[in-house]
Amino acid sequence: MSEASDAPGAPEVKPPVVTPVRVVIALCLIAPFVAMLWVSSYAKVDPAFIGIPFFYWYQMLWVFISTALTMIAYKLWNRDQRARKSQNGGASA
Amino acid sequence: MNDGVNGVALAVFIFFFLAVTVMGFLASRWRRAANENSLDEWGLGGRSFGTWVTWFLLGGDLYTAYTFVAVPAAIYAAGAAGFFAVPYTILVYPLIFTFLPRLWSVSHKHGYVTTSDFVRGRFGSKGLSLAVAVTGILATMPYIALQLVGIQAVLDVMGVGGGEDTNWFIKDLPLLIAFGVLAAYTYSSGLRAPALIAFVKDTLIYIVIAVAIIYIPIKLGGFDEIFAKASEAYSQTNPATGAPRGALAPGEAGQWTYATLALGSALALFMYPHSITATLSSRSREVIRRNTTILPLYSLMLGLLALLGFMAIAAGVKVSNGQLAIPQLFETMFPAWFAGVAFAAIGIGALVPAAIMSIAAANLFTRNIYKDFIKPDATPAQETKVSKLVSLLVKVGALVFVLTMDKTVAINFQLLGGIWILQTFPALVGGLFTRWFHRWALLAGWAVGMLYGTIAAYGVASPTQKHFGGSAKEIPGIGEIGYIGLTAFVLNVVVTVVLTFALKAFNAPEGIDETSPTDYTADSGDKGVQVELPPATAGAGH
Repeated sequence: MSEASDAPGAPEVKPPVVTPVRVVIALCLIAPFVAMLWVSSYAKVDPAFIGIPFFYWYQMLWVFISTALTMIAYKLWNRDQRARKSQNGGASA
Repeated sequence: MNDGVNGVALAVFIFFFLAVTVMGFLASRWRRAANENSLDEWGLGGRSFGTWVTWFLLGGDLYTAYTFVAVPAAIYAAGAAGFFAVPYTILVYPLIFTFLPRLWSVSHKHGYVTTSDFVRGRFGSKGLSLAVAVTGILATMPYIALQLVGIQAVLDVMGVGGGEDTNWFIKDLPLLIAFGVLAAYTYSSGLRAPALIAFVKDTLIYIVIAVAIIYIPIKLGGFDEIFAKASEAYSQTNPATGAPRGALAPGEAGQWTYATLALGSALALFMYPHSITATLSSRSREVIRRNTTILPLYSLMLGLLALLGFMAIAAGVKVSNGQLAIPQLFETMFPAWFAGVAFAAIGIGALVPAAIMSIAAANLFTRNIYKDFIKPDATPAQETKVSKLVSLLVKVGALVFVLTMDKTVAINFQLLGGIWILQTFPALVGGLFTRWFHRWALLAGWAVGMLYGTIAAYGVASPTQKHFGGSAKEIPGIGEIGYIGLTAFVLNVVVTVVLTFALKAFNAPEGIDETSPTDYTADSGDKGVQVELPPATAGAGH
């Protein structure tokens, strides 16, 4: 993950690399892998939705879920970066 | 299916084809920079593309004639197993989100145009960089070939592809013409041509899918009816294998294959040189992350497209060559003029990625083979000239591929390329996050992965082919059937890690790393980050 080298190598007090926000970001990004690679959890025909077997509509539903998760990760990451930048800016000025 | 030429459809097809050809040639004037003889300009469009152009360009990579023809064709042939393309594209976005911004930053800081440039700079190893470049070119050729197969399928259904009885020249003439046009405008306009044509292509494709997904089920009596008929068709025993043709949900045995194919393909997608080309041509790091939140629109469309495979069965489309199933479905279900629009969407959907891919392969050759090994003092103008020529050669190579190999396995062409390209993952993505891996270990891991992958793929037989009959095989030690590329990748990583420990113990020379940690997070506007065009001029329309 990119966390490790995002912090500058300066000797000033570094914010911790692993924070609750970053854990949430990581979870958002990992969740689609767990859901999609666990094929036996969705390899079935019922219940169907408007005639489309479960197997197909469930995976298409995950397109939306993973989009939402990526969007959350994106917003959180931006906030995290802004917070760090202002912190760093304050420290070095 | 060659019951004469479909005149109306053909006319509509030719109309769109001519329109995009004109656009292709005019594209070189679009957002033009002062220095048009640099490789940055021809090969990366001046690195100036914003969120939407990048979205269309990346979509052009993901959403090709392969998607339109081969994914529903796989569903048509075997049912659920072909649907792996959907989880595959779902997994791609979290991956992009994680590593592509870092690649963007380091590339813009050091002026890298290709992945090999980065690998050479990071590990100080021309050998490793050469390995990555050669793999990229090798893997791209079958992918371009796949696009040509898509065009061929459309031409066949329109009745201008010629039957088996016509001589080969007449049979392949329309394909050769399409190919010639593609080559000419790529040569003259570079990456700007596919970027501009991608707008037309995606608009057409969205219209066609929206219509197809509503209109066809209504005509066929709803999804219930479609899946009932498909289920019946899959339960028929296939005389060639003695097993049922397929299923609506993968059985116990197929689940490993399904998951490994999805994961392996997702890891491989952004190793392809053309995906990287589209990424690096974007204006800023932000553009990439923002794109991961809008790109999934394509996955959704892909899922809907895949369903067309079931509709082809329900509509009673009977073709011996699965690639023709979808074009045939369109011809059967749509009025002639709209079938023409649909065919144009597939045809143009093949041209855009083929152009981006040949440009990417050409960039690799020029930067990492020509300049590193043949003519180190090449001027930017010479680099551009060589790139243009190589983009032609790559396309000719793909054409030979198409005309000489069995076309019913178009999807396996791409999967073979996927096996190879996946072997560059440790060097590239590993390199983006850590300098721990040793360059020689990476090279050895790559070699083992390539060798295993190729031999394993060679050994897979199918009812129609003795070799390269598929991309899944028993995983040694686990006993399940899995994607060969992923098995090779795991082997690759194991070899790399073990040898890195060994080489470090012997203090083997590490090579010089020309990058520094902050390079990986630099954004446009930071000191030393190259953005060829200031956003203000790039945004002004011409």
